[in-house]
Amino acid sequence: MPPLNRPLRLAVAIDGGAPQTASAFVDRAHLAERGAFDFVTLDDSLGQPAPGVARLDALAVLARVAPTTDRIGLVPTVTTTHTEPFHVSTQVATLDWVSRGRAGWIVEVSATEAEARLVGRRPAAPAPELWHEAGEVVDVVTRLFDSWEDDAEIRDVATGRFVDRDKLHYVDFESATFSVRGPSIVPRPPQGHPVTVIDATPSHARAAAARHADVALIRTDDPDVVRTVRADLRERARACGREPDRLIVLASLPVDLDASADAVALAEFAASWHTDGVADGFHFRPRNPERDLRLLVDGTVPVLQHRGLARHFYPGATLREHLGLPRPANRYALAREASAR
Amino acid sequence: MTDTSGTPRTSRKPIHLAAHFPGVNNTTVWTAAPQALGSQIDFASFTHLAQTAERGLFDFFFLAEGLRLREHQGRVHDLDVLGRPEAITVLSALAAVTERLGLAATVNATFNEPYELARRLASLDHLSGGRAAWNVVTSSDAFTGENFRRGGFLDRADRYTRAAEFVATARELWDSWPPGAERARAGAFAHHGRHFDIEGHFSVERGPQGHPVVIQAGDSSEGREFAAATADVVFTRHGTLEAGRRFYADVKGRLAAHGRRPADLKIMPGVTFVLGDTAAEAQEKAAEIRHQQISPQTALLTLEQIWGVDLSRYDPDGPLPDIEPDYDAQLSQGRVRHADPRAVVASWRALAEEKGLSIRQTVIEATGRQSFIGTPAAVAEEMDTFVQTDAADGFILVPHLTPGGLDDFVEQVVPLLQERGSFRTRYTGSTLRAHLGLAQPS
Repeated sequence: MPPLNRPLRLAVAIDGGAPQTASAFVDRAHLAERGAFDFVTLDDSLGQPAPGVARLDALAVLARVAPTTDRIGLVPTVTTTHTEPFHVSTQVATLDWVSRGRAGWIVEVSATEAEARLVGRRPAAPAPELWHEAGEVVDVVTRLFDSWEDDAEIRDVATGRFVDRDKLHYVDFESATFSVRGPSIVPRPPQGHPVTVIDATPSHARAAAARHADVALIRTDDPDVVRTVRADLRERARACGREPDRLIVLASLPVDLDASADAVALAEFAASWHTDGVADGFHFRPRNPERDLRLLVDGTVPVLQHRGLARHFYPGATLREHLGLPRPANRYALAREASAR
Repeated sequence: MTDTSGTPRTSRKPIHLAAHFPGVNNTTVWTAAPQALGSQIDFASFTHLAQTAERGLFDFFFLAEGLRLREHQGRVHDLDVLGRPEAITVLSALAAVTERLGLAATVNATFNEPYELARRLASLDHLSGGRAAWNVVTSSDAFTGENFRRGGFLDRADRYTRAAEFVATARELWDSWPPGAERARAGAFAHHGRHFDIEGHFSVERGPQGHPVVIQAGDSSEGREFAAATADVVFTRHGTLEAGRRFYADVKGRLAAHGRRPADLKIMPGVTFVLGDTAAEAQEKAAEIRHQQISPQTALLTLEQIWGVDLSRYDPDGPLPDIEPDYDAQLSQGRVRHADPRAVVASWRALAEEKGLSIRQTVIEATGRQSFIGTPAAVAEEMDTFVQTDAADGFILVPHLTPGGLDDFVEQVVPLLQERGSFRTRYTGSTLRAHLGLAQPS
């Protein structure tokens, strides 16, 4: 049985409900932060989530939430299909700056003809193709994060130089569907790389998840499926030359709680999955955000804390610290230092 | 004197004020410690400047955009402040730490698509309670295009037709969710035009302002026409009273042809200022700031952009180069080029000769004098004169320091503008449209 990342990693979705106001999202994030969740997620898509249902841009919503929270990670869904990789990179990097190192992003694709027509740039494509492109987008986005070394800004009055341009790098990325020259316009974000999350439930997404994700989500309540997919992801990550423990696999569960008793039962269930080594943690998706989130924070989390499975507070400041993930080295800095030796 | 609504009870034209976050060019001073040490990227700097502007009851806070780091002689330009965040994301965060201040993002119409950008701007409008604005800029150069799927391919004429169709399309999307729409029709749109062929359902409900405020910054004839047809605010660069009046009359005069009234478009020049306790002290400070803005390295680089040749062996404290410029060379990428480099070379040589100036002194003398220099009372009077005599409807202030560059203006000049009855003493509306006196689109 592959080793688990301990303690239990906990995330919660704050989607749903109406109306979609800033204060509703802020309240939910505060509640989740009170429960010391590692991060909140907010789903997104280009089109309406259901006919006649509105949805605000998720990354903008979590940027609005950032200054009102202190510790909790903020992870919006961002589509890679009809968007510009350069813009995706600057938006995610900026979310990391305004939250002082608490940003992540759920990489998503857009496969429907209806969404393709909203943008009008190219027709819909099959999911395997889109996930191949999504992997390339993650690659170029993280290269753009690295295109500024952390100490590129020197402010050297004597020479009049604000930056050391040897520490700014072209990424020169070319794929079948896009190319990006670089460097980024945004300095390297506080976390180096904001946390990359991929929903690995569809099999097409697993290659990208194994190669690029810090956190993979698996949407099912069947422990055998989670176990199997987790083992598969870890094996693939190893094959990509990654340390499998750096890939956190969360079971993503719908949550519909009626009473405190349900919240306690959920904690027992979560604890048993953890004991059985099913997943590194959970991503809860409340059906009714206000009601379920409150029950999760007041009912489920305290039981997990009591059992020593969940944190009582945030020892770190950044999302990477919450998740026990190191701040990544800068690939261009490593290359530059290697060539200097 | 104000009535209960907080607006001046006089016949004076109200002044509109905006705060421009210091930019990534040599006018932003980063060398003079300790005031210039503020970060250009840390959120605390944005919070400081935005909250200062809101304390000063400004109409809006303005962010420029960068899509490619500028280059000189094939390398990233390293002498100026460099690096900035993505505008809409920062403004969404600033919506949490301000309550009334408008939030304006510069976003390029060439390297974005209407559906996605209209959605992001409408989201900002919701998240800020009706304070979003979009400064529409266009670009067509292959240099910037290298960062994008689309690449650089638009010719100059197409830039404005695409931008105009982009704004029109965005407004169709913002209008696609009428109040009380049936569920099945909510957000329905179809736009089949020359540049955009899109249809479906928009996913953001109509925002508090109906349409976010549209700002336009071009100055060419096409730019003025575009502004007269579509913009709510024009960001101009006409610094003198006379040039300002001419521009103001020209642009306002174009409105009627588009069925618009003069008050429907606000003209706001971007301006700089230097305050002092006396006129002489202000002039001294202004000279010192120009000296800081034009470092020896920046002086040489400015000259190279015009001469088109490497001048690194010249002494910035020595005379202008006697070699002939190469007017066809383009050493810099990502900058606006001088329209007529021959004329610039001739006039700079004449200036240097007449006053016996070095390279650095010539550049300091010939470029970038601040717009308003004087005591707070003199600056308030001069700004008010601009507005009352129809050279402007207000100003976009561009401070030279991050993040405290607006502190003195808000403390010292705003109260004097209020005393003159030309500036609000409190916010009377909650949306940017209300601050600017613009009608809600139907």
